[in-house]
Amino acid sequence: MKHELTLYCEKNKLAELRTFLDKELSNSGLTDIVKNELILAVEEVCANRIIHSHGCNPSSHLRIKVKKLHHRIIFEIIDSGEAFDMLTYEEPRLKDVIKDKRKGGLGIKLVKTIMDAIEIESKNSHNICRLIKQLNSK
Amino acid sequence: MLEISIQTEKDQTTLILKGQVDASNSVELDEAIGELLNKNHKKILVDGSGLEYISSAGLGVFMSYLEDFEEQKVLFLIYGLSEKVINVFHILGLDQLITIKANKEEALQTIHEA
Repeated sequence: MKHELTLYCEKNKLAELRTFLDKELSNSGLTDIVKNELILAVEEVCANRIIHSHGCNPSSHLRIKVKKLHHRIIFEIIDSGEAFDMLTYEEPRLKDVIKDKRKGGLGIKLVKTIMDAIEIESKNSHNICRLIKQLNSK
Repeated sequence: MLEISIQTEKDQTTLILKGQVDASNSVELDEAIGELLNKNHKKILVDGSGLEYISSAGLGVFMSYLEDFEEQKVLFLIYGLSEKVINVFHILGLDQLITIKANKEEALQTIHEA
């Protein structure tokens, strides 16, 4: 089984991503709550890339790989295009989100809270965002 | 896929959400809430019992209206969320900012006591 998906950069493809991830996690032994968290975190990264780095250009695409190891699951989101380092990005404070009536800014906070580790690699317009979840952790 | 229907009963209006809210359709939720505010609805309930999934795009819509609810003295609450959906609100601490009730009965009780 190929644990990889090519996702074209349109917002309406996000449902396809969730279906793929749901299948990948179906025999993982994780609870529905944790599965939903992992799907959400991967989707948040993909939605950010699709909207902010690729401008919803349907001819661009992301590749999503799922690696299930003994004690952890690794999701890789690979694409070309403008790099974005979410590790150095400072998320807005909730009270500022409310005050400014912002509709965005919560996604990266979700990813950082849900995942145990995040790695970003960018080289020659080739970006890899690696989201790592230890099993039996938070 | 998201379906939004609206039910009005006396002075309270319920937005019934069915399906999944993500970046592709959160604008529909945004428009639905915006329209209720424009029409001066003061008691807005969200029936989330059919909500299977919500991403930050959907959460952001609720957050962006919190100031308006306060300014316009709108009573806003969400009820019926499944465990996995309410967990997403918990992760960000949004359950401290938005009134969330377990079911319709509790929601109505809150409305009547207000």
